[in-house]
Amino acid sequence: MKSTPVPSPLTPTQIVDEYFIETRNRIIEVAAFLDRLDRADPEIASQDFRVKALHQALELVLAGSATGRVREIQLLMSDQDDRPLASLDRKGAVGAPDPSNRSPRA
Amino acid sequence: MKYIDHHAHMASRTTDDYAQMALTGCVALTEPAFWAGWDRSTADGFDDYFRQLMEFEPRRAAQYGIQHYTWLGMNPKESDNREISLEVLARLPKHLDHPTVLGIGEIGLNRVTVNEITTYTEQVALAARHRQLVLIHTPHLEDKLKGTRITMDVLLNQRDLPAGRVLVDHAEEHTIEMILEHGYWAGLTLYPQTKVSAPRAVDMIEKYGPDRILVAGACDWGPSEPIAVPKFIAEMRRRKHSEDLIHRVVFQNPVQFLSQSPKFKAPAGVEDAVSTRAR
Repeated sequence: MKSTPVPSPLTPTQIVDEYFIETRNRIIEVAAFLDRLDRADPEIASQDFRVKALHQALELVLAGSATGRVREIQLLMSDQDDRPLASLDRKGAVGAPDPSNRSPRA
Repeated sequence: MKYIDHHAHMASRTTDDYAQMALTGCVALTEPAFWAGWDRSTADGFDDYFRQLMEFEPRRAAQYGIQHYTWLGMNPKESDNREISLEVLARLPKHLDHPTVLGIGEIGLNRVTVNEITTYTEQVALAARHRQLVLIHTPHLEDKLKGTRITMDVLLNQRDLPAGRVLVDHAEEHTIEMILEHGYWAGLTLYPQTKVSAPRAVDMIEKYGPDRILVAGACDWGPSEPIAVPKFIAEMRRRKHSEDLIHRVVFQNPVQFLSQSPKFKAPAGVEDAVSTRAR
């Protein structure tokens, strides 16, 4: 059942040439978001579970991973408790597991 | 380039979006039944919606030369309501012979509640009993990992449903392997903010190969793009992938999966597609 990978035809330098500017922009956007929060409340990073998750994700970006940074960050941002909710608490997800959510599990 | 979008909620889009899709190469699309953004109060409300999907949307699509097919089922967001779910499921079989209904979908989990799992399991059993194709929604964001795990557990326990007839949609980097390794089809849905961007979708094609992977815009009433697939095509070209590979992903693969329903009439060009079989 294993499919055959299709390597990118681009050389490493071509990948940098092609994607550097937009990636540069994205990391500046991340920094701008964190600066914005600092101006609003420097303590928010230690209080809000989503911002804490972002800080941890940034550490994973720098650390690298044999299985891929994206996969590691996706796992970090996932609820690892597979037990179903006993009842519906809300309609939507919020982007990161909330440790203060005490919805009963089955 | 000709393409098929297997996941487009056209009921929540304007006719101009059909025009844009046609102008960018869309020749066929399939529309799974889903949540309207608010909960319906009766099973009759679902019947009216299903009639829109079976009768009205195909006519709208045909004006632009697009073939329109649909999937019917109790969507994950409302599936926690057991009373309405049971009534909707009881009415589903009478629609399954309609000429544009390809199967059951989109079904699955949202917040991963006990009730949602029960409704989903019943719909998987119903699909197996009626030998239907299945299109499965996997949950959003932090709920996706556990939701996909449980989705897979239910599928693996339903031995009467061949893996090759099931598309597990909204796959991402942390869920695609568990879908593909059991022989199911994986859908990558391209969104501007959540799920998968075009560059990441291309990354996953490069990493896992094109077998049993479909891409779709999954446009709906939220932030989404009806022409996400042509943007994916542009991204594949930006990486200098061959036209044959791109055609495989956006046309041949959907034809291969959807043609398992005898109701799916492949658009012109299908001769190439049917010769490609999943390993």
